[in-house]
Amino acid sequence: MSKRIFITGIGIISAIGKNIPDTFLSLSESRSGLGRIKWLDTVHKDEILVAEVPFSNEELASMAKVESLDGYTRTTLLAVIAASEAVNSAKITNMLELTTGLISGNTVGGMDKSEIYYYDYLKERKGNSYIETHDCADSTEKLADLFGISSFVTTVSTACSSAANAMMLGARMIQNGSLQRVIAGGTECLTKFHINGFNSLKILDPNPCKPFDQNRMGINLGEGAGYVILEGEEALLTPERIICELSGWGNACEAFHQTASSPDGNGAYLAMKKALDMSGLKPSDIAYINAHGTGTDNNDVSEGHAIEHLFGDTIPHVSSTKPFTGHTTSAAGVIESIISILGMKNNMIFPNLNFSEQIDELKFSPVKQLIPNINQKHVLSNSFGFGGNNTALIFSQFS
Amino acid sequence: MEEKELIDKLRKEIIQQLNLEDMNPEDIDPDLALFGEGLGLDSIDALEIIVLLEKNYGIKIEDPKQGKTIFASIRVLANYILTHQKPQ
Amino acid sequence: MAYISGIGCISPQHTMDNEVFLEEAVNQQALFLQCIQPNSYKEFINPILSRRLSKIIKMGITSALISLKDAGIENPGAVITGTGLGCVEDTEKFLMTMLDNKETLLNPTNFMQSTYNTISSQIAIILKCFNYNSTYVHRGFSFESAVMDALDLMANGDADNALVGGIDELTENHFQITSLLGNCRQEAENNLELLHHPGKGTIPGEGSVFFTLTKEQQSSTYCELKGIKMHYKPANFFGVWIEIKQLLEEHNLTEEDIDLLVMGTNGNQETDIYYQQIHSSLFPNTSVASFKHLCGEYYTASAFGLLLAANILKRQTVPTVCQFKGDKPSNIRNIILYNHYAGDQHSVMLLSKC
Repeated sequence: MSKRIFITGIGIISAIGKNIPDTFLSLSESRSGLGRIKWLDTVHKDEILVAEVPFSNEELASMAKVESLDGYTRTTLLAVIAASEAVNSAKITNMLELTTGLISGNTVGGMDKSEIYYYDYLKERKGNSYIETHDCADSTEKLADLFGISSFVTTVSTACSSAANAMMLGARMIQNGSLQRVIAGGTECLTKFHINGFNSLKILDPNPCKPFDQNRMGINLGEGAGYVILEGEEALLTPERIICELSGWGNACEAFHQTASSPDGNGAYLAMKKALDMSGLKPSDIAYINAHGTGTDNNDVSEGHAIEHLFGDTIPHVSSTKPFTGHTTSAAGVIESIISILGMKNNMIFPNLNFSEQIDELKFSPVKQLIPNINQKHVLSNSFGFGGNNTALIFSQFS
Repeated sequence: MEEKELIDKLRKEIIQQLNLEDMNPEDIDPDLALFGEGLGLDSIDALEIIVLLEKNYGIKIEDPKQGKTIFASIRVLANYILTHQKPQ
Repeated sequence: MAYISGIGCISPQHTMDNEVFLEEAVNQQALFLQCIQPNSYKEFINPILSRRLSKIIKMGITSALISLKDAGIENPGAVITGTGLGCVEDTEKFLMTMLDNKETLLNPTNFMQSTYNTISSQIAIILKCFNYNSTYVHRGFSFESAVMDALDLMANGDADNALVGGIDELTENHFQITSLLGNCRQEAENNLELLHHPGKGTIPGEGSVFFTLTKEQQSSTYCELKGIKMHYKPANFFGVWIEIKQLLEEHNLTEEDIDLLVMGTNGNQETDIYYQQIHSSLFPNTSVASFKHLCGEYYTASAFGLLLAANILKRQTVPTVCQFKGDKPSNIRNIILYNHYAGDQHSVMLLSKC
C-alpha cells in the first residue's frame, strides 16, 4: 500500500468568513456570502450577485500583515491570509525542519491590477509595481518568499480545478519521497476580466444560484483562498495534529469541449472512479459528496449523471456549497475541500441552499437543509475546470 | 434592406466573426442548418452571433436558448433581423 | 527517469522537420524572436476546429501531434503542459475589447481560450484522450513542473508514456509591456551575435516544444532523461551547485562523466554569471552549448534547451551554431542542461545517451 497522506493544517478566506471559525459559523447557520459588489469597479455592479470577500485591499493588507500594497494584488493578499492560517493551525514553527514545497492553483493571476493599468503600460509607457504581478506565479512566489520555501515551488492552472490538482500533486510528491510537507491550495480574487468572461458565455445567474435545481440559471462568481498542509507518515508521530487523511484522488480529462461538459458526465465519472479505486473504498463508503455544482444548465445534469453512474441506487448525500461561497474558480477545489472536512469533523452536512425542484433528468435531489449529528467516515469533493480538467479528492476521518 | 442583400451581408459577417477562414460566402446555402448536421456550428458560435447581432444590428437577445430558433439558417436569421431591427 | 522518444517543435528556427536539426540557423536583426509558422495548419488541424484557435493553440497542438507521430504513439497516458503566460493573444483581445467597449460586446471565444489549460485540453479533445491532464504556469518552472509530474506518473505506474510540452507566445503588446522592465535589449541585435555581446537585457522569444516520454526505450528514442531538479531563488550559485551534485550522486555519476553542458545563457551579463560560476566551479574543462540566441528568452525556453540536448545525444554532434565554449566533444554520453529564468527559477536536467 502506498504511503498515507495527512492534513495537519487548514486555512481559508472567502465571502463567508476570514478564517476557519468564521467560515464554520456561517456554514452552520446556513448564511450565504452572496450580495452586491462593493469593492470591484464594474458596470455590472447592480446586475449581478457575487460572493465578494467583505474587506477592502487595505483591510486585507493589514490582516495579512503586509506593510505596503505595492506589488500585492488582491489574489496575493487572500493567499497570504489563508496560507498563514494553515501554517499556524499545523503548528509549524520551523519551516526548514522538513523539506517543504509550495503548490498553488491560480488562473486569473494579477488581472485585477492589469485591467486597471494595461493602457498605462502599453500606451502611456508608465510602469508600476504591478507590472510583474500579472502572471499566475506571482502570488505563489510571494507566499514562497514569506515562508522561506525554496525546495519546490510551482503553480497549477487547470481553471476551476486548479487548487484540487495542486493538492493532488502535493500528495503525490510526498508519496514519492521528494517532499516531506506541502502547503497546497489556491487563490483567486474577483476581476472584471472573468466576470465579463462568464457573462459573455451567458452563464451568470442574476439571482442567487440554485445548483441541482430544475430551474437553475447559472453561476454566481466568488473569491477567496484556501490552503492545506499535507504531510506524510511523519505526522503519525504527533497524531493530535492530524485533521484528516487525504485518501484518494483522481484526475481525468473529459476531452469533450472547451467549456461544455458531456451530457453523460464521462470525465466527472472517471475522476471520481479513479479517486475511489485509489482509496480502496466502495462507493457505499462515501457519506457525502461536495459537488462541483456550479448551477449551470450543463454542469449539474452532467455531474448528476456521473454520480448516478458511479453510485447507482445508493447515492450519498450531495450538496453544492457554491450558494454560500460563490464559484471561487481556481480556489474552489480547496475551499470546498475544507468545507467538506469541516462537515466531516463536526458531524454535519452543509446544505445546497436555494434548492427547490429536482432536475427532471436526475434521480436524486441534493441536501436541502443542514443535517446535524451525522457521522461521515469518508467524503468526496469534485472540482471541474474548463477544457474538461476534472479532479476528485477523497478525505477520510483519521483513526 | 432586402432579404437577398441582407443574406449576402450576413454570410460575409458570419464568416468573419466565426473566423471560418476556408469558406466563401457563396458556400453557405441560405437554407442550410447553421448548427448540428448542417454547417456544424456549436453553442459558442451561437454566442458569437448574438454579439454580432448586437454590434451590427442593435438587436439584443437576452436568452441564448432563443438562438436555436433564430439561427436556424441564414434566411431565418435575415428575416428575424428585418422584423426586429429598429427603423434607423 | 524516462526516455525521450518523440519531439515536435515550432520555434523561431526551422525545427518542424525532425529529419534535420539546426543545419541552417535563422539569423536576423531583431528586438524579439517569433516562431516560423508552417504554411498551413490544415494538415494537422481540421479547419472547422481550428476556426477559433489562436496562433499559440495551433502551434501547441501541431507540435504535440508531431511529437506523438515521431514516437509512434496515438493516445498518450498523460498530457501535461507548461506555459508561463498561456494564451496571451486571446487574453489581450478580451482585455482590450473589455476596456474599449466598457464591458459590452465581448467575444466569449477569446475568454474561453484565455485560460492557461486551453492547449492541454484542446490536445485531449483532438486525441479523445481521457487520461491525466494538467497545466503548470510557474514562470521558469512551468515546463520543468510538467516534466517532473510526468516522470512521477510514470515511476508510479500511472502511465507508460506522457506527452509533455513547453509553450509560450510573445505578442507585440506583451513585448512592449515587458520591455518597460528593462530586461530587453534596447537596440535590435543580430540574434546569432547575442551571446558574444554580453550586456544589459536579452532578446525575448517564444516557442512550442513537445516531448513524448516513454517508460521503455524504443527505436525512435533520442536519449534518456535521468532526472530533474529545481531550486527557487538560491542565495547564490551554490544552491544550484548542490542540486547538480545531488543529481549526479543519485545516478552514480561524477562531474567527469558529463561530456557537455547545455546552458541557458542569454546575453544578460547580470544573470549569466550563474552559468559562468557553475561552469568554472564544477565543470571547468567541459564544453558548453547554448540555445537562447536561437529561440530567445522566455519562461519555457528550457524546453528548447531540452530539444537541443536530446538531438545532440541522438546525433552525437553539437550543431556548430550552438557550440559556445570549448571544443566540440565527441562520444557524448551525458549532458547536464542548466537553465534559469531571471536568476529566480533554476532547473537542472540530467540526460544520457542510449
